[in-house]
Amino acid sequence: MRRGPHPALIAVAALTYLFLVGPIVIVVGAAFSDTTFLTFPPQGLTTRWFANAWETTAFRSTFLTSLQVATLATTLTLLLGVPAAYALARHRARLPPVLATVFVLPILVPEIVFGFSMLRSVSVGAGVPVFPALVLGHTLLVLPYAVRVTAASLAAFDFAAEEAAISLGAPPLRAFVLVVLPNIRGGVIAAFVLAFITSLNDVSVSLFLTGPGISTLPIQLLAYVEQFFDPTVAAVSVLLMALTVAVMAVVERTLGLSLLAR
Amino acid sequence: MSEPLELAGVGAAYGEARVLHDLSLRVEAGELVSLLGASGCGKTTTLRLVAGFLAPTDGTIRLGGRDLTPLPAHRRGIGLVFQSYALFPHLTVAENVGFGLRQRGLGRAARRPRVEGALERVGLAPLSDRLPAALSGGQRQRVALARALVIEPPLLMLDEPLSNLDARLRVEMRVEIRRLQRAQGATALYVTHDQEEAFSISDRVAIMEAGRIRQLDAPETLYRRPADAFVARFVGFETILPLSVAARDAATVTAEAGGVRLSLPRDALGPVPDRFALAARPEGLRVGADGGLPGRVDMRTYLGRAYQYRCDTPLGPVVAEGPPDRPVEPGAAVGLAPVPEHCCVLPREAP
Repeated sequence: MRRGPHPALIAVAALTYLFLVGPIVIVVGAAFSDTTFLTFPPQGLTTRWFANAWETTAFRSTFLTSLQVATLATTLTLLLGVPAAYALARHRARLPPVLATVFVLPILVPEIVFGFSMLRSVSVGAGVPVFPALVLGHTLLVLPYAVRVTAASLAAFDFAAEEAAISLGAPPLRAFVLVVLPNIRGGVIAAFVLAFITSLNDVSVSLFLTGPGISTLPIQLLAYVEQFFDPTVAAVSVLLMALTVAVMAVVERTLGLSLLAR
Repeated sequence: MSEPLELAGVGAAYGEARVLHDLSLRVEAGELVSLLGASGCGKTTTLRLVAGFLAPTDGTIRLGGRDLTPLPAHRRGIGLVFQSYALFPHLTVAENVGFGLRQRGLGRAARRPRVEGALERVGLAPLSDRLPAALSGGQRQRVALARALVIEPPLLMLDEPLSNLDARLRVEMRVEIRRLQRAQGATALYVTHDQEEAFSISDRVAIMEAGRIRQLDAPETLYRRPADAFVARFVGFETILPLSVAARDAATVTAEAGGVRLSLPRDALGPVPDRFALAARPEGLRVGADGGLPGRVDMRTYLGRAYQYRCDTPLGPVVAEGPPDRPVEPGAAVGLAPVPEHCCVLPREAP
């Protein structure tokens, strides 16, 4: 009997890790490179691209916009998505299955097509200004994730507990807050994180909905690399990754990452 | 504190499908009545109507003279125990039990003695800080009982509370449920598909079928004097023979069908109408050499205390029993003699 895993399995695992970690290493390396173009391995060591990123006001203002859009869109998504997921799970027997499918549609439609149709209908058609249009677009973009993730934790919830709470004197809304919500907390937080990060990183939908004077950070980065090829974009990427890691760390610290997997 | 429950002419439907028809039922104060029937007979629907999770299409539901129909579920104050226990997974045993008191605005200090008392009565006081996940099935159901009873409900309703427990625990828990219900004097409605459970725990049992109550009586009455063929089959009268009276004398009634004559003692069976059906448990038809209903053994099964036989007769297939010391081989011609104490007389139903 051979002990331990097959060498080929080890090789595949190593390649997978390389594939996942490699680009991150390259971006981080390039961000610190003392050259005026993106390069890897880094030559020299400097933090001036981080300084440059910070001094580029366009990055700062668009980052702020991105945060605002992500916060608002995620909040709206949870306000819509959690009740929707609840209704779909609670009344599964009575609701036609097509309703559940509706919430997956934005994932099925290519994001470019989705962005374009948002532009046609919301920005041009309804004449909605750029910022609310962005918030609306991102809300719809991340809604499927919120519904799916919340639904996954609702699937493990026994609704008899909610009825027990009602029979014990809690009005339906209070029963939801006191009994249902605490038991799907992990799913709701996971939905929040997933939706927030998806919104923060979105290019395709924002590409159509950003307009004069208002842009998001990924769009600004795209515009930047069209003109410059210096490592500033890598520095911004590193900062974004750091932010994501920080968000995950806070969630992990306060609630335990296992909640995200639940 | 305990109050009678009265359902009058209650109907219910899920969409187009009517699941209850003109159901009337009265549970006296402090009485335990079971709704017994196969799944889909409407017993759980009845319970959900009373709980307020479903609105009736017709009729009224009254508890202690108060009309429940316009009240939302959370204002009915009914204690509920569920098949899945339905404990709050994120709350401790004590918090689960205290939930209803908290909804009634009782502060921590006022809740504590009542929660402790309730947990003591179900023998779980030492586990009050545990989460439900750390309890066994029987312990969870005790918590559910304590949680339902601590609010001192005028009515306690239990929906298949024992079906998730193993057989030994089921017997233990039903004694416990009965003891707590008696001690508290709560009126109780108990839903189950298990006949032994219903008979052992109830003052009266309602046998339900297709959204109707077929018979509501004390277990002894149901067992010995079923009202119709459905109930008779339900409580174990496996053979039902449609017969007509051919002659009566002082001691016996001679019944006849399909050229077969059966002589039945008058006293043991009560009044026998001219047209009737004889319902017999397997032990109500004794396999012998001759006499009674002629038949031929089709199949034999050994039950330990007796042999059970499936026999073909001129009146159709029947189930009978014979003594364990004299087995009869399949194919043999036999006589099936009615044993009156394991038979009963039913009115003939319109075909």
